[in-house]
Parts: sequence; C-alpha cells; structure tokens
Amino acid sequence: MPKIIIDESKCKSCGICISVCPNKLINYSKNTNAQGLTPAEFKDTEGKCTGCAMCAISCPEIAIKEVLR
Amino acid sequence: MPELIKEEKVVFKRPNTIKKDYDYTFCAGCGHGIVLRLIAECIDELGVQGDTIAVASVGCSICLEKYFDLDVVGSSHGRAPCVATGVKRAKPNKVVFTYQGDGDAATIGMNETIHTALRGENITVICINNANFGMTGGQASATSILGQKTATTPSGRDPKTFGHPIKISEMVAMCDGAVYVERCGIYNVPSIIKTKKAIKKAFENQIKGLGFSFVEVLCTCPTGWKMKPVQAMKFIEDEITKTHKLGVYKDITR
Amino acid sequence: MTEKVLIKGNLAIAKAAIDAGLQCYFAYPITPQNEIGEFMSAEMPRLNKTYINAESELAAINMVIGACATGTKAMTSSSSCAVALMQEAISAMATAEIPGVIISVMRSGPGLGNITASQGDYFQATKGGGNGDYHTIVLAPSTIDESVEFTHRVFHLAWKYKNPAMLLADGFLGQMMEPVEFKQYNFSETNSKDWELDGVGEGENKRPPRKLVSLHMGGDDLIVLNAKMQHKYKQIEENEVLYEEYMMDDAEIMITAFGTVARVCKSAIMELREKGIKIGMLRPKTLWPFPKDIINSYAKKVKLILDVEMNEGQMAQDVKASIDNEVQFELLTKLGGDIIKAGDVVKKVMELNIYAGIN
Repeated sequence: MPKIIIDESKCKSCGICISVCPNKLINYSKNTNAQGLTPAEFKDTEGKCTGCAMCAISCPEIAIKEVLR
Repeated sequence: MPELIKEEKVVFKRPNTIKKDYDYTFCAGCGHGIVLRLIAECIDELGVQGDTIAVASVGCSICLEKYFDLDVVGSSHGRAPCVATGVKRAKPNKVVFTYQGDGDAATIGMNETIHTALRGENITVICINNANFGMTGGQASATSILGQKTATTPSGRDPKTFGHPIKISEMVAMCDGAVYVERCGIYNVPSIIKTKKAIKKAFENQIKGLGFSFVEVLCTCPTGWKMKPVQAMKFIEDEITKTHKLGVYKDITR
Repeated sequence: MTEKVLIKGNLAIAKAAIDAGLQCYFAYPITPQNEIGEFMSAEMPRLNKTYINAESELAAINMVIGACATGTKAMTSSSSCAVALMQEAISAMATAEIPGVIISVMRSGPGLGNITASQGDYFQATKGGGNGDYHTIVLAPSTIDESVEFTHRVFHLAWKYKNPAMLLADGFLGQMMEPVEFKQYNFSETNSKDWELDGVGEGENKRPPRKLVSLHMGGDDLIVLNAKMQHKYKQIEENEVLYEEYMMDDAEIMITAFGTVARVCKSAIMELREKGIKIGMLRPKTLWPFPKDIINSYAKKVKLILDVEMNEGQMAQDVKASIDNEVQFELLTKLGGDIIKAGDVVKKVMELNIYAGIN
C-alpha cells in the first residue's frame, strides 16, 4: 500500500506538498509541532496514493522523509 | 507460494550526503532546501561523497556545512570560485563544487565567476538565483527583475537607478572555458527533476575532467518576495523566467 | 658551504619559496614585485606545479585559501595597495585557521603612491588590515640572504600555527641584487594532518566531515573561537619572537629600525662609533610577534632611543608601548619614497647627542 512518511518536526507548513499531490491526500493537520507550525498530514483512507513521490520531490525541508510504493 | 503481500519498495528517502541530524534554517518554502537535497542525491548516486570538497559562499547558501556530510571550506562573499580553483588545482582528483547565490556569483563575485569559467577550471558551480539578497532581508541584487519590489527597490526595480538585470548564464556561456551552462528552476515537479538532471550532468562533466560546468537554478524566496511559497513558485514560472529564460546555454560535452 | 649566487631580491624570494615546498602560486602583477610572478610562471610549470594568473589580488588570495585548505603549500605575492585588497581574506584565513603565505614588497603610499620603496605598510601588516581580533605572523628581512631564510620560516610558521604568515620586504630588497647563499632549512614538520580537507572517505575509513569556515553563528561558538585564537597568539608571542642586537652591549643610544633601513643604520652606527659615540641598534626580525621585552630591558639602560623608519613612525608606536620607564625618545622618519641615508642618521644623532649632553 503506497504511502509517505512525514517527519512533523521538520515541516514548516509551507503548503507546497499539499498543492502538488495529484490526489489531494495531504492537508494541514490539527496539531502544531515544536516550531509552533501546523505540519502537513497524510490521510489516505481509500488507498489512492500511487507512491509518485511528487510531494517528497517538492518538499523544501525533506520533511517527507520516505515514500513507499 | 507467490508472495502474499507485495513487498513495499522505498522510492524516496533522505540522501546519505545529508547529515542525519541536519536542521535546515531556511525559511518555509525556500528553494535552497530543495536544491541542496538534489545535490546530495547526485553525490550519492555518483558515489563520490568520500572525495567531494564543497566550497560554501556567503548568503543563505552559507549554511551548507551544517547540512552536508562533506568536507567544506568557506569563502569570502563572491570569491567561492577562486577558493574552488585553489582546492581543485591542489587536489585534482577530488570533486569540488561551489554553492552560491545570485548575490554571490552574479553580483559581487561576477568577475570571479567569469574568469573561473574562462580558465575552464574543472569544477562545478551551482548558482541559486532567487533574484534578491535573501540572507540580509530581501534587498535587490543584480538579477532582480525590472519592476521587482524589494527592500531596496520599494517602488520596483528601475533601470535608471539600479540598472538592468544581469543574465549570468548567458554571460558564462560566452566563456570558452565553460563546457556546460544551463539555467533551470524549481517551481514545479518537472522543473525540479530537470534541475536534478542538470546538476548531475554538471558533476559528471567534472568527474570526466571535461571542464567548467555552471548550473543556475531559479529558486523561490517567499520571505524576500513577501509571497506564500506556492505563490512564489508561480512567480518564477510566470515572471522571472521572462527575464531569466530557462534553457541550456552551452553544452559541448556530448 | 653552498656557493653564493648573484641574484635579484624578488627572484631569490621566489626561488626560496619553491625550495620551501611551494606547490601552488597565484599571481597578479604589481611593481615592485613583478619578477616573482614572472619567475614562477616559468619555473612552476617546469616542475609540474600549479601557476595561475589570477584576475585580481582578491582572487589570488582566495585561491591560496582553497589550496591551503587541503594542506597544500600555496602563496601569492603583491605590494601595498594590492595587499590591501587581500585583507578580508587574510582575516578569514586566521579565523578559519587556514595556513598560507603572502609576500608583500612595500612601495610608497598612501594610495597608488609610486613605485619607490617604503615601510608604510607596517600597520597594514601587523595591526591587521582586515576585520576583527586576529594577527598575521610578519617577518621583515633586511638583506636578500635573510629574505631567503625568512621565506622558509614564514612557510614553517604558517603551517605550525595554521595562520597566515607574511614576508614584509620592500622595494629595495625586491629590486637590488646581492650574492646570496641558498641554504636548505629543514624546520621540523610540526603540525598534524588532522585538519586538512581531503573528503570524508568511505567504508571503514570514513571520518566525520571537517569544515574550515569563518562564519560562526551558533550560540557562543565565536566567543570560544576567539579565546582559542588569543591562546594561540600568546603561544606565538612566547615562542617565535626574533630580533637582532647590534652593538648594544655598551650602548647609551639605541636605534630601533627594521628591514633595509636597519641596514642603513648599521653604516651610520659604524661612523658614529668611530666618533666615540656608544650607539647600537635593536632590529625586530619578527614585526609580529613584536620583541617587546628586549626593547623594554634595553630601555632601562640607554639614555636615548631613536626610531628610524621610512613611514610616519609606525613601529615607533610599538616601541613606545613596550617601554614602561621614562626615557628620551626621538624619531627620524621620511615618507613618500624619500630615502633615509646613513648620513641622515649620523646628522640626527649628532644633533641629539649635543642636545642630550652625552660626550
């Protein structure tokens, strides 16, 4: 089941991954990280993620630290 | 017995050349974070981490030594290509690259960039062009585009007072010592992939001993431009590429 | 005893640098030291070493930084107003603890001045023309023989302390010819190799990355670094001071002078000694670290100190700062390329001598 792993401590909630995900599987999460920012959150209840890694490729923080296909 | 569950394949992970305990101090949505990762990926894929010496410059790009698991020597503002020349001439079998901004390589250090290219130094120069001095608070640099509002061009860059933007890749391509010059950008996924290809080629040229490679990467500077990161990416695609046109300006390595 | 060679100062310095193990030379022409670059441009490629015509002195000193960061012996040479272009980089070298050698052949200033010799860059060399609390190790030869020896020594000291070191010659030394003996100086290889950049390596001999940078933004990194640098400078001051005591045993008048002017003063001292005047000279060979103690000890014995310099009296300030007792202090200075001759020194001492009532 393809998925991405987000390191919340690194995310600066720039929103680029959210804009890039073709299936809109990433959104701002409710909680805030140590930097006081709302990190991105990956939710894929219907297994639509294809593991294309476009989010990870676009992330300026390498906060998306792993993508599995 | 066929495997019941398809074994999950890792298609993306953090490059080894990035330190395990790296802590990017860049602003949210900054292009530096992407390009540094691309460089690290290329170094990993080319297997040269053990023999690479990085030359840091001055600007947001200076934080390089905090993130890379590489030997790094710092340089004064604008002089990275000279330090890299010294390193490469002293140790020709090491992979040497500079990581500079538009302020460093195209404004104060333009003379060094051009003459290093003219000498055909067998090094790789990565020039991040975010069209302003980011580290110091978003002042206009030589590559700022006409009309661009910055901390020092509050009503937009005006050629009468601040002259015209410098097109550094076109200039470097004029230098006979340069073998490969490309301007790319990181404003969407295809452009990021293209940038990685360019960076990797620039390192391969050096490893093959072909001569001076220069890759200019148009990058976002959300804080300096006072834009949201996604908007900043659009600004590159829509505006900056009008002045700083993308493309391969020289490639005599084929 | 190797035989003597009649040679021009600039060429002697260039040859000595190569004998001292120079691997990379980065050139930019400026009178009065052009012959150094010209010699290197033929000799270094012949020895398949590196020679580059840099696009500016600014570029040249930064190339020195790059090469020396890998532990490779590199050098540049220049003069006065162009050495001024190198100051930012020299400060950065001291901060990043990168060794390197700069040869400065002084010409008259200030500004472009002209190409006659002078000593006007004493402050630039010893008081740090760059920013912050750092020091360049500075040696000032007064003969071409000494220029050869000190060229070897600046390489040794630069690598021993991982700090920029400068040979401060002048236009006289650069341009005149003298018979010179090219001795070999084998200073003990002193410092370890655990700082040089050569890549982190791989497999089991992979090591942590090394960084030679001068930016220290984190917490109190710069406070700690400055303390470390000050400790190093104390060590240099305690171990590396060099000077010449010339006829000082019974001297009642002490001349302080350095470089070629000190040589002129020796002639004056001979003449004055024949007139029965007890006069000698204390000549600093290292301008930094400055020989404070020996000057201070002689200041207790002599009645008069005469500082002789081809500048406004720059070293004189260090001489005075070294002395903690009352003693008459006089200056004989000439500027703008005006040359101090032995006769000038004799005349000055004679005037002071009557004035000081010493017979």
